[in-house]
Amino acid sequence: MSQPALLRLAKVSKRYGTVQANKEIDLEVHTGSIHAVLGENGAGKSTLMKLIYGVEQPDVGHIYWNGQEVHLARPSDAQALGIGMVFQHFSLFETLSVVQNVSLMIPGKPADLAQKITDLGDQFGLSVDPHAMVHRLSVGERQRVEIIRCLLLNPKLLILDEPTSVLPPQSVRRLFETLRKLQADGMAILFISHKLDEIRELCDTASVLRGGEVTGRVDPREHDARSLAQLMIGREMPNVAHAAPRPPGEERLRLNALSHPRASRFGTTLEGIDLKLRSGEIVGIAGISGNGQQELAALISGETRAQEPGMVEIMGKKVGHLGPMARRKLGFAFVPEERLGRGAVPEMSLADNSLLTAHSRNMLSRGFIRRSVERAFTRECIEAFDVRTPGPDAEAGAMSGGNLQKFILGREIMLNPDVMLVSQPTWGVDIGAATAIRKRLLDMRDQGCAILVISEEMDELFEMCSKLHVLHNGHLSPALDAAETTPQEIGRYMIGAAT
Amino acid sequence: MKFRLIRRDTASRLAMFTAPVLALVFTCVASLVLFAALGKDAGAALYALLLKPFLSWYSFSEVLLKMAPLLLIAQGLAIGFRANVFNIGAEGQFIVGALCASALPVYFPDGDFPLMLPAMIAFGALGGTVYALIAAALRTRFGASEILVTLMMALIAVQILNYLLLGPWKDPRGFNFPQTVMFPDNAMLPILFDGTRTNISLIFSLLASVFAYLMMQHHFRGYQLRTAGLAPRAALYAGFSASRMVWLGLGLGGLAAGIAGASEVAGPLGQLQRSVTSGYGYAAIIVAYVGGLNPLGIIASSFLISVIYIGGDNATVSAGLPVAAVEVFQGLLLFFYLLTFTLIRFRIEFDRKVPA
Ligand SMILES: Nc1ncnc2c1ncn2[C@@H]1O[C@H](COP(=O)(O)OP(=O)(O)OP(=O)(O)O)[C@@H](O)[C@H]1O
Ligand SMILES: [Mg+2]
Repeated sequence: MSQPALLRLAKVSKRYGTVQANKEIDLEVHTGSIHAVLGENGAGKSTLMKLIYGVEQPDVGHIYWNGQEVHLARPSDAQALGIGMVFQHFSLFETLSVVQNVSLMIPGKPADLAQKITDLGDQFGLSVDPHAMVHRLSVGERQRVEIIRCLLLNPKLLILDEPTSVLPPQSVRRLFETLRKLQADGMAILFISHKLDEIRELCDTASVLRGGEVTGRVDPREHDARSLAQLMIGREMPNVAHAAPRPPGEERLRLNALSHPRASRFGTTLEGIDLKLRSGEIVGIAGISGNGQQELAALISGETRAQEPGMVEIMGKKVGHLGPMARRKLGFAFVPEERLGRGAVPEMSLADNSLLTAHSRNMLSRGFIRRSVERAFTRECIEAFDVRTPGPDAEAGAMSGGNLQKFILGREIMLNPDVMLVSQPTWGVDIGAATAIRKRLLDMRDQGCAILVISEEMDELFEMCSKLHVLHNGHLSPALDAAETTPQEIGRYMIGAAT
Repeated sequence: MKFRLIRRDTASRLAMFTAPVLALVFTCVASLVLFAALGKDAGAALYALLLKPFLSWYSFSEVLLKMAPLLLIAQGLAIGFRANVFNIGAEGQFIVGALCASALPVYFPDGDFPLMLPAMIAFGALGGTVYALIAAALRTRFGASEILVTLMMALIAVQILNYLLLGPWKDPRGFNFPQTVMFPDNAMLPILFDGTRTNISLIFSLLASVFAYLMMQHHFRGYQLRTAGLAPRAALYAGFSASRMVWLGLGLGGLAAGIAGASEVAGPLGQLQRSVTSGYGYAAIIVAYVGGLNPLGIIASSFLISVIYIGGDNATVSAGLPVAAVEVFQGLLLFFYLLTFTLIRFRIEFDRKVPA
């Protein structure tokens, strides 16, 4: 190859305390290529991207840009070279408009910027109203704003860290179209995802990371998802066959004509939702996020109180008026879709995050915290759920996204709940761990737990659930028998074509 | 040119100790220049400010006397601050505590009330608490900002104090001064060290520190308060009642300030007078933050700030410094402390111009 690579890393390493997040990484990214980075949770993907974007500095190793060695002390250095990045967790200010957010990073008059935003939007299929307030935007739109903000700096390399894990399927299609246009324009793209099918569809090169090291470089179009997964986890993917569910037992959760007005103009009003969940079954709620999923989950968990006590029943008791703690006392547990700041406190250690919901597990004596019990519980959770972390004292905020999800799910499962609500159980979780999580949920079902799963991933729902509902625009479809319905039928409910 | 603060990877424990020392050195250098420019003997000024409080037992005991209310109020406030409940009007709760405690000796000036002193402390505690809880009620019922409410209530408390001292509670034989009768002996706090004014309110403050430490670091209630401050949505998810945090945060702040107010009139003042509004309630906010809202840190910060107060009084008397210069010195010390503390925890990063 005569031309040097656009970006080349040579023997780059980065260590956080005792964790070797990246080890002697070699990587080449070429102009006009969409380059996938894949690996298990905690493999070091986000860390590597932060090194390239100048958020963190490598301990050793060299970075070359167009053949010249560069030192990236801060993101603005990377931006000056032509590197843009969209992070796993977005960084927009909700109380500002799109244009205001953009102008925080990019000099120029607001009117000019607004025009540029519209132009870029037209050119690359990223349409968004420059004057809209960010808190009104859907996740997909927010992501478009982040991408536009990068594109305004004319990058030659665009880094996207798990851009699709929070996007509904249609938005994923749109994003891919955009990325292909950018690629045709000569841009290089680094793309992180746990969804191997996406990688096979979009990317022309893939670097596989395992334990912080590059363990493979392949053309993903020439491999099937199974062999990619094997590269990633370093062993054969177990073939999981699930036992058929036994007939369900008594009723554990019931929603009776649950209606709730939206809290703000941007929420969804729920209307007349009926649902029954029995011991020993998994019921799924399909649908695209933003159709009332958040509101429904908060009403079931007690974070939002229902208008009447009888609208929500847990273990045969009317609980609509009770708060989350009272509901948990009845044997309810809940995994929310947001991990940082809701399912876990980022600034606290994992041990202290166990206390958040597991305090009833003998962790208190007269209100005083029993540190040894807290730590033992946390250690058990780390081991049982394969959470990759130095130990119970690690801060939740320093964990990789997928590992934190495993921890929170593990914590809730270890409470031995009678009824459990799980929102997006495998968002951002690698496929090995996702398989393990689904197996755990099925095991719990077989032990008699009643589980309600809210998910956007149809495959996941069909794999686990015996009954499916679809939530669309605040309305819940009747229960559909998973064995008899088809993804097509569910899809019709999802867009409101069937009721 | 814009700049940002980037958190350092290793927030060192050493920083906790080096920051105050560095701050002290910087302050000394800056104020040497300042005092010299004023034509004062800079060495004598610094000596009076920083060393004198330690050189005689009496001035050291004055430091402890000042420290007692600052420590007590700051511990109470910090509990609320950590839950994002911002009680800015501890001064008001302090005054109301002093008022309520004074009611007893004012109406029983001969001391013929059983258990006078404990009753006064209890009255003060109750008064401070109730006064703070008004803000809690307004916040939880109507969503009124406790920052504004507590601040405005502090202004009201001053007016109530003025009314009582100029009207019904004025000492009839007090030559028309706005103050109450001198309290009887059984309304006074026992002195801790003979020959000084330091009284047992210092013990109250140390007990409060132990209580705050146990509660915030080792008790589930404290954990709930910290969670509510760090991640309100996680507290909601776990089911920690947000309004209970507001009641608790404000209530404990008011309780501490009320006891401090009662101790002030039953201690160094010996009567209710206007100078009870000496700004302890506001200074305690600074004490709480300089101490990092940490119960142990607050013990250190309340001591430090008391030293510079007493040192300041010394310097105006013995080194002939103007009061304003002393205030500048105190300001400098705080400024450098916060600066060094910040720089040890964060590094500064300058943004270069980004080509569009
Ligand atoms: N700021 C930090 N402090 C300490 N450890 C960290 C920090 N950031 C990352 N780590 C550790 O480095 C390792 C790699 O993390 P990284 O976020 O790069 O993983 P990832 O491949 O992006 O995983 P995921 O798919 O779950 O997002 C993890 O073990 C993580 O705990
Ligand atoms: Mg990541």
